[in-house]
Amino acid sequence: MKKIKVALAGQPNVGKSSLVNAISDARLKVGNFSGVTVDKTEVEFVYHDPRQDADYEIHIIDLPGAYSLTDYTIEEKVTKQFLRNDDYDIIVNVVDATNLQRNLLLTTQLMETGRKMIVVLNMMDEAQKEGIEIDAEQLARILGVPVIKASAAQGEGIDALKSAMVEVYEKPQTTAKVIYSDVIEEEIARIVAFLEEKHYRSPIPYRQLAVRLLQEDTDWYKQMHDEPIWIEILPILREGLQHIYLHSETKDLDAIFADEHFAFAKGAKMEVMALHSMRAKNPTQKIDKLLINKFLGIPLFLFFMWALFQLTFTLGAVPMDWIDAGFGWLGEQAHALLGDGILGQVVADGIIAGVGAVVMFLPNILILFLGIALLETTGYMARVAFLLDGFFHKFGLHGKSFIPLVTGFGCTVPAYMAARTLKNERERLITLFILGFMSCGARLPIYVLFAGAFFGQGQAGNILFLIYISGALLGLVMAKMLKTFVFKGEEEPFVMEMPKYRWPSWRLIWHTVYGQALSYLKKAGTFILAASILVWFASNYPRSEAIASTYAARIEHAATPEQKQHLQNEEISAQLEQSYLGRIGKATEPFFAPLGFDWRMSVALEAGLAAKEVVVSTLGVLYAQGDSADEQNGGLIAALRNNISLPAAIAFIVFVMIYLPCFAASAVFTREAGGWKYLVYLFFFTTGTAWVMALLAYHITRVIVGV
Amino acid sequence: MVLSELHKGDKAEIVKLKANKTLRDRFASFGILPGEQVVIRECSLAKQTIEVEIGTTIIALRKEEADKIEVETT
Repeated sequence: MKKIKVALAGQPNVGKSSLVNAISDARLKVGNFSGVTVDKTEVEFVYHDPRQDADYEIHIIDLPGAYSLTDYTIEEKVTKQFLRNDDYDIIVNVVDATNLQRNLLLTTQLMETGRKMIVVLNMMDEAQKEGIEIDAEQLARILGVPVIKASAAQGEGIDALKSAMVEVYEKPQTTAKVIYSDVIEEEIARIVAFLEEKHYRSPIPYRQLAVRLLQEDTDWYKQMHDEPIWIEILPILREGLQHIYLHSETKDLDAIFADEHFAFAKGAKMEVMALHSMRAKNPTQKIDKLLINKFLGIPLFLFFMWALFQLTFTLGAVPMDWIDAGFGWLGEQAHALLGDGILGQVVADGIIAGVGAVVMFLPNILILFLGIALLETTGYMARVAFLLDGFFHKFGLHGKSFIPLVTGFGCTVPAYMAARTLKNERERLITLFILGFMSCGARLPIYVLFAGAFFGQGQAGNILFLIYISGALLGLVMAKMLKTFVFKGEEEPFVMEMPKYRWPSWRLIWHTVYGQALSYLKKAGTFILAASILVWFASNYPRSEAIASTYAARIEHAATPEQKQHLQNEEISAQLEQSYLGRIGKATEPFFAPLGFDWRMSVALEAGLAAKEVVVSTLGVLYAQGDSADEQNGGLIAALRNNISLPAAIAFIVFVMIYLPCFAASAVFTREAGGWKYLVYLFFFTTGTAWVMALLAYHITRVIVGV
Repeated sequence: MVLSELHKGDKAEIVKLKANKTLRDRFASFGILPGEQVVIRECSLAKQTIEVEIGTTIIALRKEEADKIEVETT
C-alpha cells in the first residue's frame, strides 16, 4: 500500500481543525512538534482510489496556523521549518473562501516551495451567504494546482479532497506556477535559458531555481557556490538584480517579493471572485459596534467575566452536593466492608476522602473551562486583546498577554504554554512570572471552602469574584515592577487579526472541555491520590502509645458522654501533633506564625506545593479526624470555622492566591522560561510576595474586625 | 499623515511603510502594503489601539505601529 504524507497548511481561523475533524474513520493522534510544545495533530486513514484501483494510506499532519512563512510567531516558525526540512509528499493548503486575497498570500509562498500542492477553498457555504462567488476552475488554472471547494462544517468536499490527494501524489512534479511582474519574469527567462544551454543538472526545475537565486536564497547560493557554473551565472544574476532594482523603489528583495506575492494574490482574486450582493453590514460589524465600543466594551467584558464566575459557583454547587454525598456513602461502605482497622482507614479516610475532595470540584472546573473555550472559539478573545492592550501595555504586558492570563484562571499549566503566543522574550517572561497570580481552577476548591465557611453561601460568589480580581490586579502591579526593575528592553509590535464572530463548534468545545476535565482527573487520580495517601500516612504515624494509654485511662474515668467526646477529640489532636505531618508543621510554624496560621494550616500549605487540590484534602484529614467522633459538628466547614479566626482565614486565602503553583505547573514554567534558575526566582518571588501580602491582610482584617 | 492620526470612519490609502523588516513582513502578511485602502473601524479609549479594515480582513494595531504607516485620506 502506498503511503501519502500530507502537510496541512493554512492561515489561522480558516477551519483546518474542523477539516481534520470532518474526515471520518480516521485515527487521530495528538502530540507536540519536536523541540517545541506547539500542538501537533495527525490523522491517518486508508483511502481506496477507484481510478487507480488501489489503497492508499494517507497521513495528514495539521501544521500550526501561519499568516505567512516567516519567523514572527512560534507557530509560523514551526510551519516554515516543517515545510522546508521535513519529509512529506504534498501540501494541502486550506483557504478561507470569505477572505480569499489575504489567504492567497500564503498560497503564493507555499507554491514557491516547489512541492506538489492542493488548494482547499473552505467555508464555501459561508461565502455563498455573503454573496461571494468563486470560480474554482479558473483559480486552478491561474495557480496551476487543483482547487477543491469544501465546507468542513457541513462535511462537504471531503471525498473530492481525498481523491485529489491521490491524483496529485501520482503526478511526477508540481504544476504550480507563481507569475511575477514582467521585469522579474524577464530575468527568470534569462536565467532559465542559460541553465538550459549549459544542460545544468538541477535537483529542482530551472524556473524554481531561477526564482530562488533572484530571491538571494542563502541555501541555494551555498549549494551552487562550489560549482563551476557559478562564475558564469553570477554576472547574469547581478545584472538581473540591477534591472529589478531599477523598476522598484527599494533594493530590499524581501520587500520586492512581498509586493510580487501580494500583486499575484490580488490579481488572482480579481479574476476569480465576484461579489453579488454587498450587504451594508455583516453580523461581525454589528456585534463589534457593541462589544468593542469605546465605552461599553470593557464594562461588557467585565460583566461576562463576572457572570462566568457566578455561574461557575451557583450552577456548580448542584452536582457538587451529589458528588459529596456519593463519596460519603462510598467511605461508609468501605468502613463497613473493611472494618475500622488500618486497611479500612487507608481506603475510606485516605483514598476515598482524598479523591472525593478532588472530584467534587470537577463541575466548577468544567463550567469555567467551558466559558473560556466559548470565549476562544467565538472570536471574542481577540476583541478582548484589542480592548485591553491599551491597559496591559502600561504594565509591560501585551494585549495578547490576556489570553494566557485568562487561561491561567482555568489551569496554570496550559496558561504557561499559551504565553508562547508572545513573541517578545521580555513580555513573555513577565507574563510567565505573574501568571501564578491568576488563581487556577485547582485553587478554587480552597476559596470555595473558605468563602463558604467564613462568609456563608450567599456571599461566597461575591467573595470569589473579589479574590480573582484582586489576584489579577496584584499580578498587574507586579508586572509593572518587573518591567521597571528586572526586564527592560524592546517591545513586541501589536498587529493582530480580528477574526469573524462565529458560532462555536460544539464538537471542538467538547474536545477542549473534555480534554481539560480528563487531565484534571488524571492529575487527581495519580498525583493527588499519592499525595493524599502520603498526607494521610504522615498524619497517622508514628503513633504514640504513651498518649494512647494516658487518654484511654482518662476516657474510662469520664463522668459524662460529653466529657468522653471531648477527651477523644483531644487525643486525636495530641496524636496528630506528634505525627510526621505535625512535626513538619511545627518546625515551620515560626515562619507562618506572624500570619496567624497554626501548624495545621502550615502543613496544608506545604502539601499544596505538590498540587493545590491537596490543600483541601489535607485540611480534611487534619480537621475531619478531630470531629469524626462528633456528629453535631458536621463537616470540614464547621471545623474550620471553629478553629480558625477570620483574620487568619483571610491571610490564608491571600497566601494561597499568591504562592508557588503546583509541581506540574512549576515544571512547565521551568521549561517555558528556559531554565531552573527561573524557577528559583519564581519560588522566592512568589513566596516573598505571598508572605508580605498575607501579613498585611492579617493585620488589616484584625484592625477592621477588632480582634 | 500617519494612520494613527485618522479617526473612526476615515478612509485612506497607504502610501509608505516606515517599519523594520520584522514588522514589515507582518504588515505584508495581512496585506498592509502601499496602494491599499484602509478604513478605521474603531479606536479604543485614549486611542491606544486602532481597529482597521483592509480588504476583507480586520486588524488591530497599537498606536506605535499605526505611527509607522503613512497614509493619504481619500
